[in-house]
Amino acid sequence: MRVAVLKGGRSLERNVSLRSGARVEDALQRLGHEVVPIDVGPDLVDRLGDVRPDVAFVALHGRGGEDGTVQELLELVGVPYTASGPSACSRCMDKVVAKHELRGAGLPTPDFYAFSQAAFEELGAGRALPALEERLDFPIVVKPAAQGSALGIKFARTAADVPGAIVAAFSYDTKVLLERYVEGRDLAVSVLDGPHGPEALPVVEAIPHEEHFYDFEARYEIGRTAFVCPALLEPETTARAQELALAAYATLGCSGFARVDLLLEQGTGELYLLEANAIPGLTDTSLLPLAAEAAGISFEGLIARIVELAVETAPA
Amino acid sequence: MGHDDTPKRSGARDLERYAGLFARRTQAMKSSAMRDLMAVTARPEIISLAGGLPDTSTFPAEDFAALMARVAVDASAKALQYGPTEGLDDVKRCIAQVMAAEEMDVEPEDLLVTTGGQQVIDLVCKTLIDPGDVVVAEAPTYPGAVPVFVSYQADVVQIEMDEHGMRTDVLRAELERLDREGRVPKFIYTVPSFQNPAGVTMALERRRELVRIAHERELIVLEDNPYGLLRYEGSPLPTLYRLDGGEFVIYLGTFSKILSPGLRLGWAAAPRPVLDKLNLGKGGADLCSSTLSQQFVVTYFAERDWRTYLRSLVDLYRRRRDVMLAALADHFPPEASWTRPGGGLFIWARLPEFIDTTDLLARALRDNVAFVPGRAAYLDGRGGSEMRLNFSGVSDDDIREGVRRIGKVVREQVGLYSTLTGVKPETAAAQNVVELRRKAG
Repeated sequence: MRVAVLKGGRSLERNVSLRSGARVEDALQRLGHEVVPIDVGPDLVDRLGDVRPDVAFVALHGRGGEDGTVQELLELVGVPYTASGPSACSRCMDKVVAKHELRGAGLPTPDFYAFSQAAFEELGAGRALPALEERLDFPIVVKPAAQGSALGIKFARTAADVPGAIVAAFSYDTKVLLERYVEGRDLAVSVLDGPHGPEALPVVEAIPHEEHFYDFEARYEIGRTAFVCPALLEPETTARAQELALAAYATLGCSGFARVDLLLEQGTGELYLLEANAIPGLTDTSLLPLAAEAAGISFEGLIARIVELAVETAPA
Repeated sequence: MGHDDTPKRSGARDLERYAGLFARRTQAMKSSAMRDLMAVTARPEIISLAGGLPDTSTFPAEDFAALMARVAVDASAKALQYGPTEGLDDVKRCIAQVMAAEEMDVEPEDLLVTTGGQQVIDLVCKTLIDPGDVVVAEAPTYPGAVPVFVSYQADVVQIEMDEHGMRTDVLRAELERLDREGRVPKFIYTVPSFQNPAGVTMALERRRELVRIAHERELIVLEDNPYGLLRYEGSPLPTLYRLDGGEFVIYLGTFSKILSPGLRLGWAAAPRPVLDKLNLGKGGADLCSSTLSQQFVVTYFAERDWRTYLRSLVDLYRRRRDVMLAALADHFPPEASWTRPGGGLFIWARLPEFIDTTDLLARALRDNVAFVPGRAAYLDGRGGSEMRLNFSGVSDDDIREGVRRIGKVVREQVGLYSTLTGVKPETAAAQNVVELRRKAG
């Protein structure tokens, strides 16, 4: 098959995407496919027209590639593509929408409030902050609604930190999320579709080195965080995390594969869904390939299955 | 999972295996999020004030072609061959000319030709620093030195600056504090003229005092002077190397800013025993710097007047600096302040404390403009509300437009913060760089 690997683009996760793309290209070549790498830009439609791929492997992360934009375009030009469709992508990309969906489906997610820039500028939402702070309790986590990496995520320890954290989050998006901080363990469950429906892969735990605990940027970086897979959990906790991940995957309408991030609260043992990534990283240090390998699926095996799924599910 | 026939390998163990192989010094290296952000700044549609680039487009292409042809004809075999680790004697004579232009007198034996000035920083650390050793630097310091200090696991003490450069009174106090802790710094790193990133120049009395401190304490000073000849106004100040007489100062020079960074040629002038060690370190690093580049420099100095080209750069950069200063006055809000450099390539701006310039960069990139977030110039997390702006490698129009776009997003955040707090933000107190000048004029 001729496979176009879409990567790069101009999102803030361009670098990670280039690394995911390169590794995917490598695997596709070893699988015997004809590979055409495309660094997506204004010429994407023309390039697709020239290349006429049998399938597009979307290895884009962040805005543009993971939010449904590229998927919509691929639907339009009639090229089958990997992973979720436009609506699931846009739901996953916007943490606020995703959390509303999850909560609506009765799934646990940390309490939160979301505001648009307009709410502050036109509706005086700033006046509501004290009430919100009362309800969420400090520390509060402030996040941009749509940003895949750790950029722009801040801890507000006191009320004085909140305005600055909100301004920072608005650097990334016109919507911000203020979320109750759940202290506990960071878990990630990848979901991979297959002949018998979506399956949850072994749970990965990210354990930041002590000194980086409040440094979100360090949390998913090799050497600054240790990754354990399968995570050392009680069997019922593992089962529950996988069950929640599958429920989130279904609720958000994902297909192909996705990664669901959870927190296991210290003390209560409760699990909370944080977010779902419609196109998680596929680099050599990413969590989905790690979980797949723990399940006995090689990287090539993983890529082969993802491509097969894309071709099978494409409308004739 | 139905894949039980495949031998199970722990992916986690694989990752951990590599993690276990990385040297401890790699753990402190800069976060990938910041690197990822900077990667986007290189896209063509972005006006980047983040670079530190000289404008190489002004070097006449026909001169380049003629000189390279001359190298090929006259010195083909030599240019394609390895050379001595310390560099070609002919290049050292060119270096002596450049240093003489700043009234320094050196012998070829005092010089080591390096792969860019950057290699000097690396070699000095390699030669002097054991893990945990103290290096003293300015606050803020050259962002490119930060990963070098970090990779040698130096403990960096950053000394605040004012408009006269590094505060030598603060330096004395810090050295005394270190004495009390039983720690002796190995060297003091400084960019005394038109500092990168702050754009300030160390006053003559401070220079004398710094050299005095070095002599009293028998302490090395690494004087990084890429910009000394890029002076747009005022009269030149003596280098630390000249004031010191080559006893405790290691001087770092480069062809990058007066000719071309693509050549990757710099040099160190140092006391002989130190130079010998640096030379050994360089042998291990790369045997020798590009002989082809060295031959090019020799030919260039023989066939052209390097000062004429330098004068053209000075005129060009002076104009661009003025364009940037005017644009800052037009577009930045009154809460911001910035330096007015008398030379070099950079202006350093300070915004209100509630603005995080790393996040601001993400916002600015959406408007296709980039700068260097201040944190890149500190090792201790300071600088969060500061930024470095480059004017040398960008056209006048792009400077105006770039500053306008940054000004717009800064104003937007200032406005948003006021909305959130209901108060007009105070101007951040200058803590590290005192007396950054408010607005030009």
